[in-house]
Amino acid sequence: MEKLTNRSRVVSDKKMTFLEKIYLPAIIKGMFITLKHFFRKKTTINYPEQKREFSQIYRGQHVLKRDDLGRERCTACGLCAVACPAEAITMVAAERKPGEENLYREEKYAAVYEINMLRCIYCGDCEEACPKEAIFLTDRIVASQYQRLPFVYGKELLVEPLDPDKRIDVSVRQTDEVRDFKLNKRFAHNK
Amino acid sequence: MDWTILIYKTIFLFIILLVTLLVAMYSTYGERKVAAFMQDRRGPNRAGPFGLLQPLADGVKMFMKEEIIPLSANRVLFILGPSIAMTTALLTGVVIPWGGIITIGGREFSLQIADLNIGILYVFAMVSIGVYGIMIGGWASNNKYALYGAIRAASQMISYELAMGMSIVALVITTGSLSLHEIVAQQHGMNWNIFYQPLGFLIFLTCAFAETNRAPFDLPECETELVGGYHTEYSSMKLGFYLFAEYINMFISSAVIATLYFGGYNMPFIDQLGLPQNVVTLLGTMFFFLKIFGMIFLFMWIRWTLPRFRYDQLMNLGWKGLIPLAIFNILATGIYYYFTELS
Repeated sequence: MEKLTNRSRVVSDKKMTFLEKIYLPAIIKGMFITLKHFFRKKTTINYPEQKREFSQIYRGQHVLKRDDLGRERCTACGLCAVACPAEAITMVAAERKPGEENLYREEKYAAVYEINMLRCIYCGDCEEACPKEAIFLTDRIVASQYQRLPFVYGKELLVEPLDPDKRIDVSVRQTDEVRDFKLNKRFAHNK
Repeated sequence: MDWTILIYKTIFLFIILLVTLLVAMYSTYGERKVAAFMQDRRGPNRAGPFGLLQPLADGVKMFMKEEIIPLSANRVLFILGPSIAMTTALLTGVVIPWGGIITIGGREFSLQIADLNIGILYVFAMVSIGVYGIMIGGWASNNKYALYGAIRAASQMISYELAMGMSIVALVITTGSLSLHEIVAQQHGMNWNIFYQPLGFLIFLTCAFAETNRAPFDLPECETELVGGYHTEYSSMKLGFYLFAEYINMFISSAVIATLYFGGYNMPFIDQLGLPQNVVTLLGTMFFFLKIFGMIFLFMWIRWTLPRFRYDQLMNLGWKGLIPLAIFNILATGIYYYFTELS
């Protein structure tokens, strides 16, 4: 069988030589290894001051996107909730009243949209299932809490702010390929 | 009775006590830093600059913890255990010569609290009593793990004390004195005993590791097998006393090793500089502490390099390895001095 690395060594129980028996050379060798590590660059990142750079495709806290006019994109179709393997998403749909066109893009919208961040496994299936490009996972980290209840995020935390300066940038994930995929009727989610 | 001497000794005693506690305190910090650095980590760096207040925070934490004495434990012995461990650990510092002679106002003060003519034996006696702290604590806990730890501690100490004592016998043959002050005085310049007794030093060092219950001989605690060993049932400051006693022991054995084998407060080339005597003494004391810190670092370095011995390996090394070697060392030294002194 081919070896994966060249580090493996065949173990033998041959008689130890005198030098091996007195241990000292081996001990000194080991001590120099630890001394080498003593001056090596530390691998720890001082977390609150320094932050590790996230991967481009990091999946963190969700965002419910608005479109360019500031209208919520979500139409409360429930595909994300169906796709969710952890059953973390619940929603209550409502019909858009006349005069609310500036708030919601479609005729139906989510009156309540909750994600339980403790149940969520951040798989990104909701994002994939969404036909309206409404939900995206971002590189934000879900903050820690002392109780369980605050982990159930409602719309006030999920929907991105109206202020154009405070919009959540998801350009990394909302690419043209994603758009093509969403519009392609071949896929089950969009039939 | 000369009152100045009495007052001086009392003050000096308190200074030594404080220094011992301070060094032991910062050894815990040093140990965590050394451990971290050797494992490519940073170690404590949150409490104060560079985490320097960490020992203080640890101490406060130890005091604030709930004090638990198990119902089935022997209350008196349970409290006596850590007390003995701490007391004996602190008692040893008395005979160590921390420096030469300081002259204040025409009077000479020695930087050694008690110059016993059997200083080495005193150190040994105190170290041996230290075992009782661990044994009594382990036995009084009424816990199987603690008892195992205590048994191991006792047998380990007894086996290694033999080899340690014999390595010292060879040293006593070369120096011809049991007084620590005398031994240091003989090592003036670079006449350090390590050059005359390299094998004895190696044996003594190994035994010192075993006597202080430090890795690779930390079988009495042995987290992986015995939960916490002899201090499994201890909590709060009683646990703190045990852990602290270990660091004091480490400091004291480093001081003893530096005294016996590395020339104590002697500095090489100090005579050529032509400095006043008080300056020489202070420099010597600083150099002595430098040696001690070097030894403490060695203790830590070894701990984070070597894995723990198995129990039978420990006994093998002690009885079949170190004791014959120590006897051979005594014989070789004795024969050498017999023939050199005849001619």
